[in-house]
Amino acid sequence: MDQILGNIELLFEFPIVNLKIILDGIMIGALFALAAYGLALVWGVMNVKNLAQGDFVISGGYVSWWLVQHGFPALLGVPAAFVVMALLGGALSGTFIHAWCRSRAKLMIILSCASVLVFIFGVYFEENETFILGLSGDFFAAVSGIVLTVLLVINGGIYSLVISRVIERDLFTSLLATFGLAIMMAQILNLLFGSDTQSVDLGYPTLHFFDGFIDLPIAKLIGVGMAAVLAAGVIIFMKSSRMGQAIRATAQDARAARVLGIDTEKVYAFTFSLNSGICGAAGAIIVMVWLVQPFYGISYSIRAFVIVTAAGLGNLPGVIAAGLGIGVLEQYGAHVFGIGYQQAVAVLLLLVVLLYRLIQQRRNRQVLK
Amino acid sequence: MTRNKTILYAVIIAFTIIAPFAFPNYGTQLATLWLMIIVSLTWDMTGGQMGYNSLGNIFFYGTGMYVAALIAIGLTYDIGDYNSAAGGGIYEFTDAQYFGGLALGVIGAGVFCSLSAIVIGILVFGLRGPYFAIGTLGVAIAAGELVSNWNWVGGGQGIALPVYPGDLDQGKDFFYFLFAAVGVSAFLFAKWLYGTRFGAAINAIRDDEEKADAMGIHTLRYKLYTWAMAAFFVGMAGGISGFQLIHFEPLETAYQTINLGIFMVVCVLLGGKGTLWGPVVGAILFHLFKEITWNYLLGWQWVALGALIVVTVVYFQDGVLGWLMAKRPEWFGIRVEKKVAEQVE
Repeated sequence: MDQILGNIELLFEFPIVNLKIILDGIMIGALFALAAYGLALVWGVMNVKNLAQGDFVISGGYVSWWLVQHGFPALLGVPAAFVVMALLGGALSGTFIHAWCRSRAKLMIILSCASVLVFIFGVYFEENETFILGLSGDFFAAVSGIVLTVLLVINGGIYSLVISRVIERDLFTSLLATFGLAIMMAQILNLLFGSDTQSVDLGYPTLHFFDGFIDLPIAKLIGVGMAAVLAAGVIIFMKSSRMGQAIRATAQDARAARVLGIDTEKVYAFTFSLNSGICGAAGAIIVMVWLVQPFYGISYSIRAFVIVTAAGLGNLPGVIAAGLGIGVLEQYGAHVFGIGYQQAVAVLLLLVVLLYRLIQQRRNRQVLK
Repeated sequence: MTRNKTILYAVIIAFTIIAPFAFPNYGTQLATLWLMIIVSLTWDMTGGQMGYNSLGNIFFYGTGMYVAALIAIGLTYDIGDYNSAAGGGIYEFTDAQYFGGLALGVIGAGVFCSLSAIVIGILVFGLRGPYFAIGTLGVAIAAGELVSNWNWVGGGQGIALPVYPGDLDQGKDFFYFLFAAVGVSAFLFAKWLYGTRFGAAINAIRDDEEKADAMGIHTLRYKLYTWAMAAFFVGMAGGISGFQLIHFEPLETAYQTINLGIFMVVCVLLGGKGTLWGPVVGAILFHLFKEITWNYLLGWQWVALGALIVVTVVYFQDGVLGWLMAKRPEWFGIRVEKKVAEQVE
């Protein structure tokens, strides 16, 4: 108890500590907000409560980490993770191929895109002259092509076998089904990459302010900047593109959207893959500024749920505000109660938000009576 | 029909009694199986019969474990001193102290969990559907995190309980029969409960809560009592588990949200939600699957388990009993008029 009071006193004695906590909180909160926005998308549009959200984030981190290990520039890891995770999440799923590739020409476009990707892989390996176990870049280009194909098959599996079957089902179903997915993903990552924590060092210096009270690694600034760019891109996409409009229409009323000629199956597949892409990019940023570990996923999932529950669906400014807010509150909690309570603070915030909404609703019900 | 049932129950009881002696190497496994049956049966009270899918029933398991251990220790020694020594070996328990502590601890755990179910229930039972599931999951995770930071109860290291006094093999049988006793009483209790007006009331809540409310059923009270009954059995099972495991720690053993906390739900779905026998059948199948994959697919066991969860939830949600009920309705005493069935088709 004395320790807690002492920690609170410290906040008033040195106001600069507040600034440090708030900065840290905003930086981590920006990434929570990204993952939460993806969740708000799939929840709002498809009614899928994705408990595997955090594991998508972590997988994106591993994609980026793996690429960097093989000579890829670290900053390109973010878009690469976006693409790979979007593919994994269901872009080319069975339904998507069905809906999108009605003509053979479109299938050819996809195949050629895939081969371009493979070519880029090959060029990178040739330029860096990476010889691993005595094998040249060509070999790895071929391998990465195979890996890509396998990923596409797997993602087709995830979306068409699992996700497309829990849309519009009993609300509890998607929660449990994606929980099973989360367990599988975490364990597969563990088998592939081991249980050590991994991170990518960008090699940028750290800025110091106020006599070293505040450390600001440039890598973190870049990470937050990228998160902001991604968020802005998604907002513009949702506002102005045809697909964005179709997604919003489906979220409002799926049946009416179908009547008006929107292919909702395609919208669902696209939304899910967009969500996975956002998560993947968030993970790639996380691996640059913090670390990833196969079993960290659940903590990101919990925070995404806290944020979405607090902000409500389809409320983007609310999601960003809640994301930054939970980041800051969590840092304060860790400062005041000790670092061991950080997770507990996040979960207790979830309960507080749920109870607050409950009391609000109760009042509404009484008004109705 | 009734005669067949009597024979069936007699066979099951006989098997329950003989099992640990017939398969002495599997004593602990069989005890764990009973644990799974208890938690699935009680999960089905709220999840299947009342329509409230809780992901936080593991809270009562962990809390029961801690309460039972603390009562058993607290009767003889100072809890803070005992836990800061972390089972340093200077604390001896006589037979009377051990069994007295165990009995009082397990019953105390059940009572405490019932009371906490009522307190938490007042807060969370206004939540519906997935929000209830997430909220209860939050309660369980938060409790685990808070307990692991609470040094008076052992902090992150957990509590080391005294070892069973006497022969260890005999101890295994002892815990098996404790679990079996709780399991059988939970089953008989559930069987009786579902036949009463109370059972009809909670089924009404599952089918349409607003209408049930309008018919004069005090829904909140029914929900609280049902959860409290479930919590009583889970708390007792948790208390026994603590003594069986000897040493437990908060996050992986007591409040094991992502293991047992989810397994119980999968067991119920696998067996058949909202039926009396479903949770039992599901628990047996799930435990078999889990042990087989743990033995023969080491490294991939979690992947297999995740796949089982996904397949069960997505493709086989009615469970074994639901499937049987659709295939062979006459086994369940449901008469299908041939003509009506043909017309429907």
